[in-house]
Amino acid sequence: MLEVAAIDVYYGTSHILQGVSLAVRAGEVIVLLGRNGAGKTTTFRAVMGLTPARRGDIRFENKAITHLPPHAIVRAGLGLAPSGRRLFGNLTVAENLALAELPGGPWTRGRVLALFPKLAEIAPRRAAFLSGGEQQMLKIARALLAQPRLLLLDEPTEGLAPVVVRELGGWLRGMREEGLSILMAEQNARFALALADRGYVMEKGRILREGTTSELLTASELATHLALGPRQRPAENA
Amino acid sequence: MNFASAAIEILSALTTAANLFVIAAGLSLVFGALRIINLAHGSFYMIGALLMASLFALGRPGVLFWPALLLAPLLTAGFGAVLERLLFRRIYRAEHLVQLLLSYALSLILADLALRLWGADSRTVPPPAALAGRLSVGGAGFPLYDLFVIALALAVGLGLWALLHRTRFGWEIRAAVEDPEGLSLCGRNVPALFTAVFALGAFLAALGGAAVAPLQAIGPGMDSSILVSAFIVTVIGGLGSIAGAALGAAVIGFVQAMGTLWLPTWAPAFIFLAMILVLVIRPSGLMGAPARAWSEEE
Ligand SMILES: Nc1ncnc2c1ncn2[C@@H]1O[C@H](COP(=O)(O)OP(=O)(O)OP(=O)(O)O)[C@@H](O)[C@H]1O
Ligand SMILES: [Mg+2]
Repeated sequence: MLEVAAIDVYYGTSHILQGVSLAVRAGEVIVLLGRNGAGKTTTFRAVMGLTPARRGDIRFENKAITHLPPHAIVRAGLGLAPSGRRLFGNLTVAENLALAELPGGPWTRGRVLALFPKLAEIAPRRAAFLSGGEQQMLKIARALLAQPRLLLLDEPTEGLAPVVVRELGGWLRGMREEGLSILMAEQNARFALALADRGYVMEKGRILREGTTSELLTASELATHLALGPRQRPAENA
Repeated sequence: MNFASAAIEILSALTTAANLFVIAAGLSLVFGALRIINLAHGSFYMIGALLMASLFALGRPGVLFWPALLLAPLLTAGFGAVLERLLFRRIYRAEHLVQLLLSYALSLILADLALRLWGADSRTVPPPAALAGRLSVGGAGFPLYDLFVIALALAVGLGLWALLHRTRFGWEIRAAVEDPEGLSLCGRNVPALFTAVFALGAFLAALGGAAVAPLQAIGPGMDSSILVSAFIVTVIGGLGSIAGAALGAAVIGFVQAMGTLWLPTWAPAFIFLAMILVLVIRPSGLMGAPARAWSEEE
């Protein structure tokens, strides 16, 4: 479904990704693990066309998307829920959702609101005033409304309280049952590996290792490179 | 100065402020979404006024006033869209100095072009017959056309508010002000949106220029004088905020009216004083847009 073949990505003159290759097959949940600054976000930015790869190829459903602009990549069926508080904070929840909705796919506003009933309750609120969990919900809902067949999730557990992280696991399982493929970047390896079929470990802009969940769980790199398990993060007002 | 003439002076200052709002709103809108400072904004104002005069002169006297008032801004908007595609889009990520230099150079080129196409003579456009008279209230005769310009500015303000808050296009503009990348992740063509916003900014500048045609002589030099005023208005109100542009224009109108009433020779200085005062108290302007939380790559 998605094939990333030996891409090199630069920010200005700094060479960040060096020959990164990975693949996602239809229906899979894939996790991208790696420490701070390993290049996970940059990989996602390259796939989405936000920071186009300078060398290498990215194909989605057998179509070259390496040099397409972001909106065209989204319309080709790829979605990204970015990390951090990246919402339109001055817009209401309803306006955020309306902006994200594209026609011609299974994810209508009704279906997305059925998955996240809370969003209907807070529809008139400005997105800047949501809790961490509500923001994560809105980010995922927004990405779904663009009708992706493959969803990239950048650090979905970031800043979430443990109880919300469990809830998030439920949402992701639900989305997968709807036939969505997922590629997620996580620092919380335990959370990610519990959901994923396979994974990649990144380090300094390269893919260090690839394997099934159980292979990765026993891999020694994980212990040394990742400090396996949920890191202590300040839980926001989730 | 008696009461009647004072009231007329005030109305005249308000008219200037109202027209300034229309122009400054365009400047502010473009800055908010595209984050460029466009020193050629005054050129669109001048082109709007010159096109208005030329289109008006095509028909029998007075016949083409309303079509010209609409067509001149539309043509200027189209011209603005072309300039955005050819020039401005290349400098969104450049530092402000590059943006200032490019848009300043463009304003000089456009001033020269206008001089070649329209000549150095100034032109006049009479107001349409229906608005040529005065409205007398308590012994003072208020020019109807001034009232029209104020009404037009109110309509533009309401229209912009409705556009930004009640239409998808407006939500897209507001989303782009905050996070253009996030908007592209919603599958929206952000470069095309930027072209449209830039064209809308040029439309507003040119509408201001076309509407002012019956109030002053139309000719070279209009571009630079309005640019300074429009910048003062947006700086007072806060770059990027339409409501700020309205507030800034109101402040300028008030200061100008008071100045012309009491100290006519000092009136222009009061405007700069007002700007300095606001900047000292609130450096981002009265309703300034916050810096973008998410900087793009590099
Ligand atoms: N805009 C930028 N300009 C220059 N360098 C950048 C930029 N963004 C990231 N980098 C660098 O690129 C490298 C990879 O960063 P990236 O954000 O992809 O890592 P990450 O794996 O997502 O890390 P994190 O877990 O912190 O999100 C880092 O060394 C980082 O410093
Ligand atoms: Mg990251």
